[in-house]
Amino acid sequence: MSITSNIPQGPLAEKWTKHKNDINLVNPANKRNIDIIVVGTGLAGGSAAASLAELGYNVKTFCYQDSPRRAHSIAAQGGINAAKNYQGDGDSTYRLFYDTIKGGDYRSREANVHRLSEVSGNIIDQCVAQGVPFAREYGGLLDNRSFGGVLVSRTFYAKGQTGQQLLLGAYAAMNRQINRGKIKAYNRHEMLDLVLVDGKARGIIARNLVTGELERHGAHAVVIASGGYGNVFFLSTNAMGSNVTASWKIHKKGAYFANPCYTQIHPTCIPVSGDHQSKLTLMSESLRNDGRIWVPKKLEDAEAVRDGRLMPTAIAEEDRDYYLERRYPSFGNLVPRDVASRAAKERCDAGYGVNKTGEAVYLDFQTAIMRYGKEQAIIQHIKDASDADVRALGEKVVESKYGNLFQMYEKIVDQNPYKTPMMIYPAVHYTMGGVWVDYNLMTSIPGCYAAGEANFSDHGANRLGASALMQGLADGYFVLPYTIGDYLSQDIKTGAITTDSSEFEAAENAVKATIDGLINNKGTKTVDSFHRKLGKIMWNKCGMSRNETELKEAISEIKALREAFWREVNVPGTANEVNQELEKAMRVADFLELGELFAKDALERNESCGGHFREEYQTPEGEALRDDENFMCVSAWEYQGEPSDAKLHKEPLVYDNIQVKTRSYK
Amino acid sequence: MGLLTSSIARKVAMALSGLFLVVFLGQHFVINLTSVIAPNTFNSFSHFMGTNALVQLLLQPILIFGVVFHFIMGFVLELKNRSARSVRYVAYKGGASASWASRNMIISGAVILAFLGLHFYDFWIPEMIHKYVESHPEDPTRYYAETVHKFENPVRVGLYVLSFVLLAVHLWHGFSSSFQSVGFNNKYSKALQGFTKVYAVGIPLGFIIIALYHHLNPIAH
Amino acid sequence: MKLTLKIWRQKNAQAKGRMETYQIDQIDGDMSFLEMLDVLNDQLIATGIEPVVFDHDCREGICGSCSLQINGEPHGPDRFVTTCQLHMRKFNDGDTIVIEPFRAKAFPVVKDLMVDRSAFDRIQQAGGYISVNTSGNTIDANSIPIQKDDADNAFNAATCIGCGACVAACKNASAMLFTSAKVSQFALLPQGQVEATRRVLNMVEQMDKEGFGNCTNTGACEIECPKGISLENIARMNREFLTAQLKG
Repeated sequence: MSITSNIPQGPLAEKWTKHKNDINLVNPANKRNIDIIVVGTGLAGGSAAASLAELGYNVKTFCYQDSPRRAHSIAAQGGINAAKNYQGDGDSTYRLFYDTIKGGDYRSREANVHRLSEVSGNIIDQCVAQGVPFAREYGGLLDNRSFGGVLVSRTFYAKGQTGQQLLLGAYAAMNRQINRGKIKAYNRHEMLDLVLVDGKARGIIARNLVTGELERHGAHAVVIASGGYGNVFFLSTNAMGSNVTASWKIHKKGAYFANPCYTQIHPTCIPVSGDHQSKLTLMSESLRNDGRIWVPKKLEDAEAVRDGRLMPTAIAEEDRDYYLERRYPSFGNLVPRDVASRAAKERCDAGYGVNKTGEAVYLDFQTAIMRYGKEQAIIQHIKDASDADVRALGEKVVESKYGNLFQMYEKIVDQNPYKTPMMIYPAVHYTMGGVWVDYNLMTSIPGCYAAGEANFSDHGANRLGASALMQGLADGYFVLPYTIGDYLSQDIKTGAITTDSSEFEAAENAVKATIDGLINNKGTKTVDSFHRKLGKIMWNKCGMSRNETELKEAISEIKALREAFWREVNVPGTANEVNQELEKAMRVADFLELGELFAKDALERNESCGGHFREEYQTPEGEALRDDENFMCVSAWEYQGEPSDAKLHKEPLVYDNIQVKTRSYK
Repeated sequence: MGLLTSSIARKVAMALSGLFLVVFLGQHFVINLTSVIAPNTFNSFSHFMGTNALVQLLLQPILIFGVVFHFIMGFVLELKNRSARSVRYVAYKGGASASWASRNMIISGAVILAFLGLHFYDFWIPEMIHKYVESHPEDPTRYYAETVHKFENPVRVGLYVLSFVLLAVHLWHGFSSSFQSVGFNNKYSKALQGFTKVYAVGIPLGFIIIALYHHLNPIAH
Repeated sequence: MKLTLKIWRQKNAQAKGRMETYQIDQIDGDMSFLEMLDVLNDQLIATGIEPVVFDHDCREGICGSCSLQINGEPHGPDRFVTTCQLHMRKFNDGDTIVIEPFRAKAFPVVKDLMVDRSAFDRIQQAGGYISVNTSGNTIDANSIPIQKDDADNAFNAATCIGCGACVAACKNASAMLFTSAKVSQFALLPQGQVEATRRVLNMVEQMDKEGFGNCTNTGACEIECPKGISLENIARMNREFLTAQLKG
């Protein structure tokens, strides 16, 4: 197993075009004889499955949800980037490429990111052709908005439900192929192992979540598009079922796992309200376009607010600390996510937090409401408008932009964000790390691919807003359908993959043994209790800032917790029925291994970059301090039996087309 | 219409037959109204309706078909709809999201059907016997007295009033609903809905007032 | 707060179900309804009773997984929320809450409160798409200007999360609101015109095949829909269907 990235030769801007021309194709008659398994039906998996089926391959999709449409891509709110330059504000393929590399803190592959940027425009064309209802202007053309960390408006959106609309587009494309018989959708199925035959990925073992039956599925290639592993933190913005299992199983079968410690902590989430909390809810980053983030300037004010003695609206303007505007005058409230998150943590750690847990900052729309109100008063020729009139006009504008988000906030927190500032706090949102893939999105296992958030490829150490949707669809619609053919062209004579082989037998037996072990364990503690404990360790010691001591503690604590899990976990019910506790147990077991590798990776990376902030490596002003000499590389981990024994392979990152600088948003 | 195999086709058929009956009802009301204002006009209208070949041989069968169709279809749909939820809810709070009238069209409809039975027994069957079985000679002045006579019995008037209350309930939902069924829902719908509500209450109320008027003003024997 | 829960328990699709009563205490108003069920399940596991099975995933009101008929209403008494965003502050100390699965012949119970909504998938498969292949060469997105109102209305229809509350709320278990939302989205967009006739006929045919009831315009679906999908969509689908029938 090698770690060659297989990046094509030639000038950066021509690599992808040239590569497409050079790779092998499979003729249509042969495609009919080739089967592909796609695990996960979000933007990456759904779009890949539909495109591969259109090409003529026989596709089987797997998702644990009851319908492909419910994959967690659906929850993405803000938008999708594309270098269309419809606004004429100087955007270009190169600028999107540049922003993404810079946003990723110079820890992503140039060639991959450039390809992503090149196909970004096609994604919008494709989605509009499919009937995705993007927001439009009165002229009938597509509208754009700006997002954190960039200076142009290149984000296409559908109110606060962009992910939903894009996923429904991909799901519709899938449905068309299901109707044609080219996709067979296995919903309420969970992949529990990868089957290798002669070193190649040749199928999977999946559990039917309704009957509990273990099923063998053979294929000539397997695509893992099962999303990220943010749920290793227990509390995150991921769906309850989001898991690392598919990625982890292939890792254990030989796929390298890259940069597991790169996690994105999103700055604008609704703060934790109590111990009962099961998940965190994101408020779209687009809110930072109009909201101003602040905490009280005086410690006594912060205390009074926490105790409920002081209303935030009663704090005078001069007693507010708009700390992002203060620290980063040029980007202000629109700094990238990692920067905004750390700044919030810094203020709260210093004692300025504003909710009862002390872990919240304000996101205030008053300035925007009054500004929009004045604009409207002028547009509507209202003379001598009173403050109340202006406010009413302004609230209307804000409602039209963020109405659904404000409503969601009010439902959850029971406060009216038009009248009193929202409270927000960072939460785990996205994992830039993932399964290592080469330029063709193939993992280190031949025939096994990884797409979307499941792979590590495009976002480096920090992802820019509205880039996850772009990457998922780029991988699924425009990259995989080409690159997978290159590999499958060797397989046209293979014939159907039999599932009667000893390899399938062994894999199924191993899965069955694990399940039986859990069911028969009859311990005393619930699965969730272990998951919560793991989450606490991860958040406290591998969260927004990390240090050597705590990371070492985390490694040993997670190991101990894992051992306790296998000893003491209680999984009620049986294996041959719907058993949600069993499903959770299987996922948590994998998180308990991944968590340790995560900490090990964070410990090994002796620098701060993007979402990975090591307290030992910061500038005097508290900004991240990279070590390009030693760590301008991808850390790809090879499984060796225990997470702690994983072997590190370093893939150097080379920047020929971009000047590596210190990231500054000041 | 795909022989009413599709749910939407059935729905449209219900709407169209319903609208047809609404129009008939309006016409019926106008004629009845004349019995209060101008008995002679009432007699001549009634005579025309009762003897005109076009009305008797073409419109009357269409009307009867419309009524029968609307009822049979209503019952068929009700049965189909009940079978679409074979296990019922233990708690079902229909009133939280939909009006009583809209949820109980089958009840108001069944009452109206029962009333129609009475109405046929009172007017239509005697009329048919009078004209076609016993073949009495034409008498263009008999209608007014016969009609008023029917409203002497307070029990009959009571049933009549009750039925028209339920007719109002039926129309309250049914009239405006039929426009939605045929796909009419746009910026004019609000105004149209206002009209249908006025109609739904006004016409049955009118029938009730006419009945009460005749009951309170009997023709002296 | 302290609550009495009456919950539908059913071992599997074939088994006969029944209501079971459970007591639960120390419920915080800031908990979501599903977090309250999490607490119940922890309690059940501790006492050796199998936890209650229910569908849920994103817990932020968008995936459409969660369902539940709560005190006779889909997604409970609050408006424009899914069960996962319904908060316990909407209930009072001492309340009895009746929790049932969404009921329709077309949504058979899988286990406890989990139902099979694959009928919705099959309706979509019958025509809920525009037949366009993936290629790098589709025409530029801005070459098809679309009136803002049409685009906004198409979007509003497209916000359906496919949770099935419309079916659950309807006294006839009709799926017209769901089906019409998808038909409307494409009917409002120029891209959807080419296949408009086939789409509406096929989707309505599939909807009928699945055993949903007929629409009687009670409007319950619109009121109970967590996303506020409008009845206008049903009228539009009726129109589309009639036009398609006339065209043959």
